[in-house]
Amino acid sequence: MSKRIEINDLDIYYGAFKAVEGVSIDIEPRAVTAFIGPSGCGKSTVLRSLNRMHEVIAGAYVDGEVLLDGANLYGPGVDPVNVRRQIGMVFQRPNPFPTMTIRENVLAGVLLNNRRMSRSDQDDLVERSLRGANLWNEVKDRLGVPGSGLSGGQQQRLCIARAIAVSPDVLLMDEPCSALDPISTLAIEDLIEELKTEYTIVIVTHNMQQASRVSDKTAFFNIAGTGKPGKLIEFDETAKIFSNPSVQSTEDYVSGRFG
Amino acid sequence: MTTAAPAAPRAAVTNRPADIVFKAVSTTAGVLILIALGGVALFLVVQAVPAIIGPIPEEEGANFWAWVWPLTFGTLWSALLAMVMAVPLAVAIALFITHYAPRKLAQFLGYLIDLLAAIPSVIYGLWGIAVLAPFFQPGYIWLAQNLGWLPLFSPPASGTGRTILTASIVLAVMVLPIITALCREIFLQTPRLNEEAALALGATRWEMIKMAVLPHGRSGIIASSILGLGRALGETMAVAMVLASSGVVSFVLIGSQNPSTIAANIALRFPEAHGITVNMLIGSGLVLFAITLLVNALSRWIIAKTTVDGGR
Ligand SMILES: Nc1ncnc2c1ncn2[C@@H]1O[C@H](COP(=O)(O)OP(=O)(O)OP(=O)(O)O)[C@@H](O)[C@H]1O
Ligand SMILES: [Mg+2]
Repeated sequence: MSKRIEINDLDIYYGAFKAVEGVSIDIEPRAVTAFIGPSGCGKSTVLRSLNRMHEVIAGAYVDGEVLLDGANLYGPGVDPVNVRRQIGMVFQRPNPFPTMTIRENVLAGVLLNNRRMSRSDQDDLVERSLRGANLWNEVKDRLGVPGSGLSGGQQQRLCIARAIAVSPDVLLMDEPCSALDPISTLAIEDLIEELKTEYTIVIVTHNMQQASRVSDKTAFFNIAGTGKPGKLIEFDETAKIFSNPSVQSTEDYVSGRFG
Repeated sequence: MTTAAPAAPRAAVTNRPADIVFKAVSTTAGVLILIALGGVALFLVVQAVPAIIGPIPEEEGANFWAWVWPLTFGTLWSALLAMVMAVPLAVAIALFITHYAPRKLAQFLGYLIDLLAAIPSVIYGLWGIAVLAPFFQPGYIWLAQNLGWLPLFSPPASGTGRTILTASIVLAVMVLPIITALCREIFLQTPRLNEEAALALGATRWEMIKMAVLPHGRSGIIASSILGLGRALGETMAVAMVLASSGVVSFVLIGSQNPSTIAANIALRFPEAHGITVNMLIGSGLVLFAITLLVNALSRWIIAKTTVDGGR
């Protein structure tokens, strides 16, 4: 189920603008890897290049390798649609499909692959995914109402349920808690803790406490100035990054003296 | 009634002459529209009454309703045919422009569509008679020979090609620009976040359109279709020129016996009309007016029903 990601010397471009340069990271399976760094340093850009969502922006492309258990996601003949079916993504702002019910939202990805799923299998999957996202008890009596009628935190957990319903190998999360209150944030952090037993998880966050609470490894990105590409500065065990980093700018950033 | 409250705002208003002027202008404009609309309705009703209650010339029909029914049928039938052709095509073109075409091509197509909207309907009429009718006529003969068992294509086929199908094709081309342009605007407004949600689940582009773009645009597609329908119902010149009509009620698409439409019939007959005939024509205009109002009310109802909150 959960797979290892190897990023090898990745450069990422928006048209002529080189947004990220020379990133190499090994992302462990069954672990949480956090991306931290100041705004604009390219965390989201790197994250989106891991499931080939980067290239949906006009003119955007990458140069380098991303290996999923050894297979290059950017190899010739690889269909980005298949990549995205294996690597789930949760966005910064909750984005359930507004015209679909809670149930339809959970099933949206699965029904893309497998139209002929029996009704009882669907029911099982909906329940399993919503339980997996810690949302089942709150919505089990109203699976037929639109997903947009839920609170922001519930919507975000619905999006997580939608992402895990397709049993991805990897789960990418771009600041999944930044639009949420502290209680919902804790609920999602607990959820991440549980999910990492099954999935490879990569999370972007601006919240240092969150990174140190949920992640096993942390990657610190930085940018030399506006218009310059972002770079990976340091990648190590989370405990080491937050207590005893080997690069000065990492220390400045995590101790709040910067950014 | 609040008597004291208005005093304060009025005092504030006197400080801003621009407000007073604007309020006066906009109120006048609003009242003028109401007066115009009421005047038209009143004119139609008053002029139509003699034809509706009184006897009409024998060669026209038994009574007003028997006379106006084939025209009403032709109006609805030709507009329906036009919509069946135009709406799917317009949606497809709008989707192509917004989600498939490279940017340069999309811009060019956009201009082209806008250009179509600028062509006067007389030109469409000429094009229908001179180009479309002879072009399709052999096809109509073929349809009558091979699919004649279908009620829509029962023979004999028209010898000129000036059938209700040709007229509807002209109508479809005429309403295409409005519907396409509006659909394009609506599809462009699909929240990026919803599109990305679909793509990130592994949707292909077409699946993304089905999951995010079309649900978001549904009420907009309906609204733009109704606008197009309004134009197709009221279109006069093109139909009057293209259609060889004989006042029958028939679903046959390719025959020489075609129903006329209310608007085209008024345009063709009004110049020589006198006496009760004038009242009859105006009465048919009233029927068209009622149909248009009904269509608009229906569209509002549909839009209100299908709009889901949270369509951020
Ligand atoms: N769609 C885009 N088109 C062009 N440039 C972009 C686009 N999105 C991001 N960029 C640029 O790429 C760089 C990295 O942006 P990115 O969104 O990855 O930063 P980030 O680290 O996620 O920042 P934040 O913490 O604010 O989310 C920035 O300079 C940004 O301006
Ligand atoms: Mg970001």
